[in-house]
Formats: sequence, structure tokens, C-alpha cells
Amino acid sequence: MRELSAPLAEQFEDTQQQEAAVHTGIWVFIATEVMFFGGLFLAYIVYRTTYSHAFTEAARHSNVLIGTVNTAILLTSSFTVAAAVLQAKVAKPKSVAMLLAFTSVLGLAFLALKGLEYSQHISDHLLPGGSFQRGKSGPFQMFWWLYFVMTGLHALHVIIGLGIIAWQFAGALGGRAWANENSITATALYWHFVDAIWVFLYPLFYLIQR
Amino acid sequence: MKADRTIKRLAFVWLALLGLLLATWALSRLGLGRIGLPVALAIAFAKLFLIAAYFMELKWSSKSMWLMSGVGFVWLAILIELTLTDYLTRGGSWSQ
Repeated sequence: MRELSAPLAEQFEDTQQQEAAVHTGIWVFIATEVMFFGGLFLAYIVYRTTYSHAFTEAARHSNVLIGTVNTAILLTSSFTVAAAVLQAKVAKPKSVAMLLAFTSVLGLAFLALKGLEYSQHISDHLLPGGSFQRGKSGPFQMFWWLYFVMTGLHALHVIIGLGIIAWQFAGALGGRAWANENSITATALYWHFVDAIWVFLYPLFYLIQR
Repeated sequence: MKADRTIKRLAFVWLALLGLLLATWALSRLGLGRIGLPVALAIAFAKLFLIAAYFMELKWSSKSMWLMSGVGFVWLAILIELTLTDYLTRGGSWSQ
């Protein structure tokens, strides 16, 4: 059997149907994730429309350099994982492993920069709670609450994605049956979704009316 | 069918995404005022379109997969629409 090819499970007529089922399953999962993040995006829309002045003022404290670099890092990691899927389809496990390793390094770089950013904000007393900057309005603090919750939830998704990528990396390198073109495709679809969420977080938290 | 799904094509998409990122950052520096956010969001949707069509393979997928990819956004649109129907009719800062 060709390397990285997915064994045909008995419930499927052919490999094409099996592959379509992988895509369908992940898209259904993504629909639930869109709703999950959607509630927070809705909260952002409502508060930003109500308190647009405070939100613009609060957004001036975000680190646009790190935000922009991190966007470039995630977009690049999406490219490397898409390339890994292409290599899986032509049965090149070593290239797949290498591209998944690149993707992990980029994901870790994203998290490292995010951590740096968080520590800066925390020392600037921008973490909502008792030690928040004195004299700032409630809506100003609400912006930072949404910032930490939405980027934190996103970072959690990045961490989970890195775990799945590491697992698939080990499987592709070791020639395991559980790392095949379908499982790598599913991993990549999830990672692209995480990238796409960030594409929206970036303008909402870093770019508003600078 | 998937013959044009090459590494070169994906690399072009990646460069286009970085170009859009550069554009949205540069436009925000110009300070577009009220249209700043709509422009930034339009660019974000353009990026989403590229990611979904090329990286997530929708360009080469069946029509039923297009439907699958859209359902989450339909429910999200209903969520946002119904909520704003409430807020937009409350008066105060919302009705201006």
C-alpha cells in the first residue's frame, strides 16, 4: 500500500466518499466553533457600538507590531500546513513531517510573542480585575476583558492545534497508519480555521481607528 | 480536477495574504476615521475567502461542501441580526 494513504473503512463505498466525509465532519465541527466564538464576537459588536469612544481609546494600548507580526506568522503556518497536505497526497512522509515541524515552530513563535504581549499588558495594569488602571471607565476595561478572553480562547485553540500537529508529525515520521492523508487533511482544516479566527481578531483589537 | 492545486498556486495565495495584511496595516496607519473599521473588515473577509477557497480546498470541493462551510455563518448571522434588532430599537445611543 502507498505510504500515507488512508485505509478504506467498511462504511464507505470508495476513498473519494471517505475523503468527503472527513471534510464534512470537520466543517460541521467548524460550524460549532463559529458559534462558540460567535457569541464573543457578538459581545464585541454590541459593546463597541455602544461605547465606540472608549473602545478606540482602549485599543491604543494594544501592541500593533506584535499583532501584525503574529498575523504574518499564522498566515505562513497555514501555508506550510496546506503544503503538508499536498505532500501527503503524493506520499512523501518525510516532507510532510518537515512541513508539520515548520508549522509547529511557527505556532510556538506565535504563542511566545502572545505571552510577551500578555506580560506587557499585565505589567501595564490592563488585565481586568482589582489591579486594573485607576480612573479608567467600565467600557475601557470591557475592551480589555474581551481582548484577554477572545485572544486567550484563540491561544487555547493554537495550543490544542500544536498538540494535534505534534501527534501527526510523530505518526508521519514513524509510518503509523493513524497519520495518513485524511488525518493530516483534518488537522490542516482545523489549523486554517484557527488562522481565520485570528484574521478577524487582528483588525478588531489592533487596528481600530489608529 | 485537482491538477491546479499545486505548491506554486498555494505560494501565490500565501503572498496575496501577506499583501492584504500589509495593506490593512498601512491603511490603519493612514487613519481612515469612520470607514477605517469597514475597510479593515472587508480585507479580513477577503483573507477568509482566500484561506477557505485555496487552503481549505473549497475551490476543489463539491457544492454540498460549500453548503456545509456556510451553515455556521448563517446561524451566526441570525444570532447577530436578532440581537441587533433588540439593541437598535432601544433608543439612546443606539438609535442615533
